[in-house]
This record gives sequence, C-alpha cells and structure tokens, in this order.
Amino acid sequence: METTAPNAPASIASLDELEAPPLSLGQLTWRRFRRHRMAIFGAVTLILMVLYAFGGALFFSEADANRIDTGARLQAPTQEHPMGTDTVGRDILARTIYGGQISILIGLTAMLVELLIGVTIGAMAGFFGGKLDSVLMRFTEAVLVIPQIFLLLVIAKYFAQTIPNIKLMGRTFSGSVVVIVFVIGITSWPYLARIVRSQFLSLKENDFILAARATGTSTREIILRHILPNSIAPIIVAGTLGVASAITLEAYISFLGMGVRPPTATWGNMLEGAYNYVESAWWLWFFPGLLIALIVLAINFLGDGLRDALDPHSRAA
Amino acid sequence: MKNDNLLLDVQDLRTVFHIAEGTVHAVNGVSFKLNECETLAVVGESGCGKSVTMMSVMRLIPVPPGDYASGKVLYRERDLLQVSENEMENVRGKEIAMVFQDPMTALNPVLSIGRQLTEPLRVHLGLDKENAQQRAIELLEQVGIPDPARRLSDYPHQFSGGMRQRAMIAMALACAPSLLIADEPTTALDVTIQAQITELVERLRDQLCMAVIWITHDLGVVAGLAERVIVMYSGFIVEEANVEAIYENPQHPYTLALLEALPRVDRRRHQRLKSIPGAPPNLLIAPHGCPFAPRCEYAYDRCREENPPLLPISPTHKLACWVDVSTGKPR
Amino acid sequence: MTRYIIRRLLQAIPLLLIISMTIFFLMDKMGDPLATMGGRKVTRKEDRERLARQLGLDKPLAVQYLYWLVGNDWTKTDMDGDGVAETPGKRKGVLRGDFGVSLVNRKPVTEVIGERLPNTLLLMLVAEAVVISAALLIGIYSALHQYTATDNTITAVTFIFYSMPVFFFALVTMYIFAVNFKKWGLPYLPTVGMFEPEVGQTPAQVAWHMILPVATLSFAFVAGYSRYIRSTMLETMGQDYVRTAKAKGLPRHQIVYIHALKNAALPIVTIIALDLPFLLGGAIVTERIFGWPGMGRLFLDHVSRSDTAVVMGILMMIAVAVIVFQIIADVLYAWLDPRIRYK
Repeated sequence: METTAPNAPASIASLDELEAPPLSLGQLTWRRFRRHRMAIFGAVTLILMVLYAFGGALFFSEADANRIDTGARLQAPTQEHPMGTDTVGRDILARTIYGGQISILIGLTAMLVELLIGVTIGAMAGFFGGKLDSVLMRFTEAVLVIPQIFLLLVIAKYFAQTIPNIKLMGRTFSGSVVVIVFVIGITSWPYLARIVRSQFLSLKENDFILAARATGTSTREIILRHILPNSIAPIIVAGTLGVASAITLEAYISFLGMGVRPPTATWGNMLEGAYNYVESAWWLWFFPGLLIALIVLAINFLGDGLRDALDPHSRAA
Repeated sequence: MKNDNLLLDVQDLRTVFHIAEGTVHAVNGVSFKLNECETLAVVGESGCGKSVTMMSVMRLIPVPPGDYASGKVLYRERDLLQVSENEMENVRGKEIAMVFQDPMTALNPVLSIGRQLTEPLRVHLGLDKENAQQRAIELLEQVGIPDPARRLSDYPHQFSGGMRQRAMIAMALACAPSLLIADEPTTALDVTIQAQITELVERLRDQLCMAVIWITHDLGVVAGLAERVIVMYSGFIVEEANVEAIYENPQHPYTLALLEALPRVDRRRHQRLKSIPGAPPNLLIAPHGCPFAPRCEYAYDRCREENPPLLPISPTHKLACWVDVSTGKPR
Repeated sequence: MTRYIIRRLLQAIPLLLIISMTIFFLMDKMGDPLATMGGRKVTRKEDRERLARQLGLDKPLAVQYLYWLVGNDWTKTDMDGDGVAETPGKRKGVLRGDFGVSLVNRKPVTEVIGERLPNTLLLMLVAEAVVISAALLIGIYSALHQYTATDNTITAVTFIFYSMPVFFFALVTMYIFAVNFKKWGLPYLPTVGMFEPEVGQTPAQVAWHMILPVATLSFAFVAGYSRYIRSTMLETMGQDYVRTAKAKGLPRHQIVYIHALKNAALPIVTIIALDLPFLLGGAIVTERIFGWPGMGRLFLDHVSRSDTAVVMGILMMIAVAVIVFQIIADVLYAWLDPRIRYK
C-alpha cells in the first residue's frame, strides 16, 4: 500500500542519514582538506626522506659513512659533522644517509615478502575453504600466538651468520640484511592473510563469480582477474602500513643487537647501545630516532589517507 | 474526545542541515496547531520532512549538522526551542513522548526491558525501584504483553517484533504524557500486527486523553485513527483538513495522487496501480516555486514561479495550491 | 559455556605442540650453547663431547624433544659422559611441570623465570591499568567533544604518539625527565633498574623507578586505544537506541555512561583482553632500555646464548597466556552481551 518510492538523491534518501556526523559546510570542508593534507603531508615527507637517503649518496660516499676516526669520536654536532660523530668517530650524517637506504629497502622488501606470503595463503584459504582453510588458519593462528618480537628474535638468532655479504648496486650489504628481510616477512604475514581471506570469503559468493564460473573461466583466472582486483583496496592499505611496521621492527631488533650487523648502518642499529649515552651524547640517538619516527608517521598519514580514499565504509572519524 | 485547549502551536518552523554538499532545507516554514486529546496524522513520502519536523518539536535534532533556523514551537505556551537543555529533558518523556519506527534498533540491546521501562519512571516521577517495577508491570499489561512480571528481566532480542513495539509504547506512556508522537510505528511490522498496534494506541489514547501525532507515509493506516490530517511535501505543508475531507474532498494534487496510488478492493482487476511520476526534489536546492510543480499534472506557469502559501479554503481545510483540481483551472 | 571452554582448550593442545616443536627445532640450529657455558670456554674436543653426552645434547633431536616434553626419568642417561647410559635421568618433562635446567647457569628453568616474572608482571599490570584508565578518559572526552579544538589536538597528538617507536619515546623522556631535570636541579626520574641499591627494594623506590618504564610501555597503547574508544563511542552515540534514550528525557550522563558505554564496552573489552599478552612484546625493549630486571631481558640474554630450555619455557608460557586470554576474551564477550548470553 505504498506510494512510489522514487529514487531520492542518495544523501537525502533517508532522514536517518542526516542525523549521522556531517557537519557545517565550513567544518566538513576543513576536515576533508585537513585529512587530505595529512595524506599529502605524509606523501611529501616520504618522498623527501627517500631523496635524502638515496640522493644523499651523491654527496657522501659509503666510505665516508664507514670511516673510523677514533680521534674524532663522540663529537657534538659541528660544521664539519653536522650530526656529530659516533663512538668510533664515524660521521653520523653520512651514516643516516646510508642507513636510511638500508632501512627503507628493508621496509619495502620485507613488505613484499609479507605481501606474497600473506596474499597467497589468505587467498587460498578464503577461496577454497573447507579443510584447506582450517589447516591454513590453524597455521596462521600458531604464528599469531607468539608476539612478533619474540619470534623475530628467535628466528634472527637461528639465521645469524649464515649468509655471506652480498654486493648490490655498488654497495656491500652484510648478509644479515637479507636475514632480517626474510625474518620480518615470515612473521608479519598472518595479519594480511586474515584480511585477504575474509575478502575472498565474502567476494566469492557474489554473482559475478558465479557467472564467471558458468562461462568456464579457470580457477586461476577467477582468482587473479576477478577476485583479487576487487580486494586490492585493503591489500594496498595493509601493504603501505606494512612498510612502516617493517621499518619499526628492523629498528627494534637492531636496537636489541640481533639485527643488521655493523659496519652496515641502519637507523635501527645506530641506536644500539645509544641509551648508554643518553646523557653524554644525545646526537647519537636523536637523529636516527627522529628519522625513524618521521618516516613511520609519514607512512601512517599516507596509509590513513589511502584507507579513507579506497574504503568509504571505514569511518574512522 | 477533543477539547479546545491548545496544546501545541508550531509557528513557521524551519530546520536545516549543514552538510558538505550544501544546506539541506528539511523543514520550510511549517505551522500547525494541536489541541489536547486530538489525533493528528502527518502524511508524506520518505524525505518530505515529517520526521524532522517532529524531531524538531522534541528538539532531538543533533545540532551540528542540524540547525533550528527559525520559528517557534509553543508547547503550553512555552517555546521549546528556547528553553534550556535541562528544562527540555523534563519535557521529553514526561510531557511529550515519542515512539520510533524500528523497535529492534530503537531499544537498547544490552539493557533489560524492565530497566528501560523503569528509567523514565524513576527519573521523571521519582519512583523508587520497587514502585517503578510495579508500575512497569502494569504498563506491560496495559499494552497487552502476557506474563509481564517475568518479561521485565528479558532483553529486547527475546521479544517478537510486535511485542517490542508494544514495549516501546509502554515506555512512551510510562509517565502519562500529554502528547505522543509516533513516527511510523507500524511500518516495520506485519500487516496483522500493524492493525493490533494501531488499535492499541487508539484504546490508550481514549483512556488517557492523550494527543497523538501519527507520522506515516501510508494514507490507508490513518483513516480510522486520525481526526485531522496534514500532508507534507518537500518540507512544506501542502494540505491540512479533517480526515473525512481529505478522503472525500482532497484538494491538493499531491494528496490526490497519494490517494490514487492506494490499491483498492473496489477497483477493476488488472488495472495498473497509478504511481506519481518523477522524483522528490533535491532538498539541497532552496525552494523556488511550488515544490510539487515538476510532478504535477495541473501545474502552470505561476506554480513554477511562486510557491503557494498555505491558506484556508474553509474553516477546517487549508490548502497550498494555485489550482482548483475540480476544474483544472487556477483558483 | 563450559563445554565451549573445554573445546577451546582441547583445540589449543595441538597448537601448542606444533609451536613447541617448531621452536625446539629452531633453537637447536641456533648455535652452540656449549660454547658459552658458565663463562668458561670449553676448548678440548673430548671435554665438549663429554659435556654434550652428559647434557643429552648428542641425542637425535626428536629424542631431545621427547625428553623435554615427558622427561627422562623413565630411561637411563649418561651422567658421567663416558658414552654409557647407566643412571636414570632426573627430568620429569614439561607435562609434569619440569621445564628442565638452564644451560647457562644450571638452575631450574622454573626458578630462573620465577625470579623475573613478578617484575615484568608488575610493570605490565600497572601499565595496563594506566592504559585502560587514560584511554577511556581521553577517548570518551574526545567523543563527547567532537570537532572542538581540543578534540582535534588530541587526535593529532595520539596519531603522533601511536606512530612513534618505543625507544624514541623512551630516549626522549629519559633525556628530558632524567638528564635535563638533573641538570636543572629538579627532582629527576631514575632510569636504571627497579630500585637504588643503597636504599633497597622498597615500594616507594620501585614506584619511583617504575614511572618512566610504565610511561614508555603504555604511551603507544594509550594513543591507539583512545582513538579506538573514541570512534566506538561516536558510533554508539549515533545509534537509534541512544536517540530513544534522549527522547525519554534521560539526563546526559545516564545516556553516555549507561546506554552508550555499555554497548561500546563490548568491542573495547575484547580488544584489551586480547592485547594484554602483547604488552610483553613492548616489555622487551622497555626492560632493556631501563635495565628493568624482567622476563623480557631474561629472554634476550638467554636467546643470545642459545639457552633452549629457558627460551622454550618463556615462549610456551607466553603461548599459553595468549591462548588463555583469547578464551577469556570470548567468554567475557559472550557474558557481557545479553544477545549471546540468553540464546
């Protein structure tokens, strides 16, 4: 017994929606702008930092970063050493540049490892369901049950010293870099796997999948061409935030002495033992620490902005 | 059982919402009066402003985005839009009560029915716990819920849809308000339950001499219940009359269309249901001309230029239209 | 409900077995505990071999795991290292509560952990209390004062704190409150250990020493949770039943703290219960920086020395704690939500 219900513009369709958060014109515009601004600020900062780490190599050579000069040890910032020197006289500025390269690289590659493992496992569990799903989920749970740092330390110790130095792009990396990337990657994937799994679980019930199957599309194509592109949004967000998490984790383990080995510098291992010098040499920990904090902040801003842009359902006010 | 004491006098109420895309003109100068023990039906399609009007009467519109731009809501001669929030809290639930559309979401899932019932009793009437519970049991009985004493400790999800709505009504009536506003209370229920609830409200209203404003988009429901009807469109009142007049002598093209759209037993079979062409207007755009003009089969130039004011065409019948629908010509 | 709990506990068993086996395997490959035993270097090959036989390290891995799990008092071990197994072993195995003996200092693992566990628990429980109260306060306040300048500032600040690595926060606060306060002649906070050795372990000393570590451990969680509480409260306050409560003319505090909070509490409680064991992760770095004699530091020390017994002991304890807390969280949620409790 209804009159027609013609299509009202979505924003007015039901008065209930008007009672939810939207604000005055001025306030909402400011909020959008600000949120946008945060993401932009994050992106810009990130770019600047990448330029710093990789572009800085134009001004300082790796030898500069590793040059020991015990006569100049523990000097406060001066003209010659704008960020001071460390316990064996190495220039901290140069070290933050090269350390930055490693930290960022570790962040990116670890995230890729995590992505690869997580998406594969999550997709298989979500798509095939049944026994495979149960087994994979048990496995995921098992990894999640132990806090990541503990796992990291144990596995890092397991692999310590097993991989030789490698040469890449004109730089020599301690083998521990590869170890760290691998270690972070294989302990971070459960979070992503869960997300991917739930995406796949809900997407595979959709009609367009049924249609694809009915027209004889192979399973591999269904996964790669149909489902995956539709679940890309949370993967992108998780991936972005994963870089921040990987950089932080590398910093933690290196800080605890189980990460990348000297002389290869990372922002994390520059902090190792720095707490012994809190009083006497603040520049030892301040610069690398600040850089880590900044890059994580930038990535978080960016990730937040991406999440808003890609997933309108999450209303994180 | 009407008397002539004026209970509610709404004067030129305008309520807007400020959102990103602009300003939504939800209520555009609505005026009406209500006497004690009178039953008024407010009819119109989704988005026409009927809910917002009544929520404004109770000052329940959230104030950033919302804004009571102008007008007065005189309840027993006090302007509710101007009183303090504390005073308003004394009015809500005690003098004016409201029943909402969806009883499942309108009831708090983690509090027992008894708790939600006794709250207004304890807050407004100062009853202590025992007396409040006693009264709550009586109220549940009154609304026809069996085994009320045991039901007090149940939770909303343990009630059926119709019973939840009865419980909501019981909650609304707890402090014997002078005015009950029912916002589409039966829309979410089965047809048989609809009839039961409507009957219940009728009975209680007669018992308690309570004024009732019944909001609905369904003209069929109000026939037996209301004494007067207001038809709203796009935030304006377009017609106001006694219920008989609305059914027997509708004057506004929109009212006509609404009535035409009702499926009727006495029509020929296989005849298409008549629907109203077009779509309701975008409330973001400030009104210009008659809001119904784009969809009106009687519209002419003046309709598109000037918004017709709500004027009486008889002592009990008001109309906002430039056209005489019986002739099809301008009045 | 009890059936549910029992079922969960049973499900946990294979999980724990897999975890313990995997880690046992990893630890075995990790380095030679014999090389770092007791401070003296074991150089001669014969000595090493004898030690290995005495400790049972020469047996196949699966057997070692078995002994770890169910002990070796039912079989003969080689107590004098001469290659002949003649004495019954003394270990009862994990399933009977015997976690073995530390390879580093020869003390029973349970004793080694037991010495440090209370210190970490103290830190964690205090930190958790701080986290819950601060996050609730900030989160609810922000939600109720949405869009004000204060809310915006709080949002910005929490975002920054939430992104900041723990050690940076620790170092900065150390620098300000310990180093610089000292320089400026203000009462300054201590940065090492649980108490001043001269004064002894008094509650006052411990409390004073706890300030910086607790702050460090909790700041990131406070930032994160307050944001979550804020958004949960906002969502709850927008629900229909809150509108009904307002329509009934209930006073504001009743609407916020009873109608809204009781609903918002459900997801909040679950998250907090689930995250409790993860405070331990943060504890490692915090304990290292502040020299707090807790389990985190213990773990670090013994992992670096490949002390399987202690590491396994700590990890299994954590695994059990996490699983138990997961079950607690589920039960708590079911108990708090009448929709689940009464159906």
